[in-house]
Amino acid sequence: MSVDKDIVKHVAHLARIKVSDAEAEALRGELNTILGWVEQLNEVDVDGVEPMTSVIPVAMKKRADDVTDGGKAADIVSNAPATEDHYFLVPKVVE
Amino acid sequence: MNDLTGLTIAAIREGLAKRDFSALELTDAYLEVIDAANPLLNAYIVVTAEKARDMARASDQRIAAGEARALEGVPLGIKDLFCTKGVHSQAGSHILDGFQPTYESTITQNLWDDGAVMLGKLNMDEFAMGSSNETSYYGPVVNPWRKRGGNADLVPGGSSGGSASAVAAMLCAGATATDTGGSIRQPAAFTGTVGIKPTYGRCSRWGIVAFASSLDQAGPIARTVRDAAILLQSMASVDPKDTTSADIEVPDYEMAVGESVRGMKIGVPKEYRMDGMPDEIETLWRQGIEWYRAAGAEIVDISLPHTKYALPAYYIVGPAEASSNLARYDGVRYGLRVAGDDIIDMYEKTRAAGFGKEVKRRVLIGTYVLSAGYYDAYYVKAQKVRTLIKRDFEEVFDSGIDAILTPATPSAAFGIGEKGGADPVEMYLNDIFTVTANMSGLPGIAVPAGQDADGLPMALQLIGRPFDEATLFRAGQVIEDAAGFFSPPRWW
Repeated sequence: MSVDKDIVKHVAHLARIKVSDAEAEALRGELNTILGWVEQLNEVDVDGVEPMTSVIPVAMKKRADDVTDGGKAADIVSNAPATEDHYFLVPKVVE
Repeated sequence: MNDLTGLTIAAIREGLAKRDFSALELTDAYLEVIDAANPLLNAYIVVTAEKARDMARASDQRIAAGEARALEGVPLGIKDLFCTKGVHSQAGSHILDGFQPTYESTITQNLWDDGAVMLGKLNMDEFAMGSSNETSYYGPVVNPWRKRGGNADLVPGGSSGGSASAVAAMLCAGATATDTGGSIRQPAAFTGTVGIKPTYGRCSRWGIVAFASSLDQAGPIARTVRDAAILLQSMASVDPKDTTSADIEVPDYEMAVGESVRGMKIGVPKEYRMDGMPDEIETLWRQGIEWYRAAGAEIVDISLPHTKYALPAYYIVGPAEASSNLARYDGVRYGLRVAGDDIIDMYEKTRAAGFGKEVKRRVLIGTYVLSAGYYDAYYVKAQKVRTLIKRDFEEVFDSGIDAILTPATPSAAFGIGEKGGADPVEMYLNDIFTVTANMSGLPGIAVPAGQDADGLPMALQLIGRPFDEATLFRAGQVIEDAAGFFSPPRWW
């Protein structure tokens, strides 16, 4: 499978990364090199093979549904570029 | 280097106990050599001199009170990927500009709880994506090793290039690092240092900036096998904050160092060769086999038939997980924000400005392979191949093999700007021998084993059974005993 410039621009939009036409063209070449190289996986017979879900067989840990942390609103917003009264500020989303 | 910075961690422990020097003297000695070397090597992004002196003073008080802990007064460098409270933690990226965590990663907390001293934050490939430390927003790290008679700058490997360069140049006694496809072992190999990636789940991932969560694992880079064992002892823990942290007690790793390998079965896989691999690497491997024979181990030829598919499968799984993990950098909660016409435009401009080329490339590959219609063909297929890679190892270990011996990298260090410019895959091939351990969750250690014709260090790798890091330390010491200690001639 290979990608054209329009697909690169579409994928970049899905990933929320702005790319110029020139960048999309360069990325098209690079992505196709990588996708062409991973094609060799098609040589592998994976009939009846389960996809890996956990690299080390351990049971999923669960903890009691207790409040163990909190009251840190100031900490949570302390690194944000724009805040007000412990809220994150973003450009207007709803008209 | 001066007298104090030349000491191993084991020697520091002894010297501090005997009051030969104080922890503060030791830390000051490191701060002095960092000041002189860092403008040339660029290993540290930030030096936390005042914090280091405060921690060293506290260590001296502990020692005076007879309450020294396992790493009391040992000056360490911390990879920028680890969150350290109130201190620069940006994963080598522009998008985390100004980020100072309000919390401490489990691993660094474990180190401070054992008395270690933080010298600063170490340079790395952006978000740990790279094999040469050339993708950092803070510029490339320089390898303290140069070709004999040459003065061209070489890469230290990556992504833990700052960690490896700092340890090799003796700008810290040891360093934390992380390994998603080879990022501890490959830079260790390029700098003549020892690096171990433990079993997935051995070290907590809590507070480490995520790249590919099913592959990421932290470990130390150190000067000797024993020092690596001492550091891993403190870094490893069972952590309720990481659901993939294994509920297995951390054994005494240092005990294993120096134990005999007589009777141990060392597997040698025929698939660990690649086209264009220098003869010197092949010779090094054969030399390693002879060392183990001489030490009384049994050498067994083995086959890991799916080896060649590990790297292409990794370049589906890794980017897929990265595209998801890196979705959080949106210009809202931390770091860089670039204003836009609306919120989508703000996201897109922020991420365009904040991510470097390699990160963008991987996020786009990941987004593509996870997108509608391609998920089964790429991601599910890669995870099936991963099952087969792991099965290869399980069959070998079930047959009684204790550890597997391979070259660590297909070449020695190369020049800055030399690889990957036109073809990203050329750079990716650096991890061809290390990535299998990540894909299968197994522990792997790189130990310096010799020098090439240009005098550059080369390393061998040992891969072990799950949670059997002790055997890797035990077997790794055999290489160190035979090959000796490697230190670059000082030019910086």
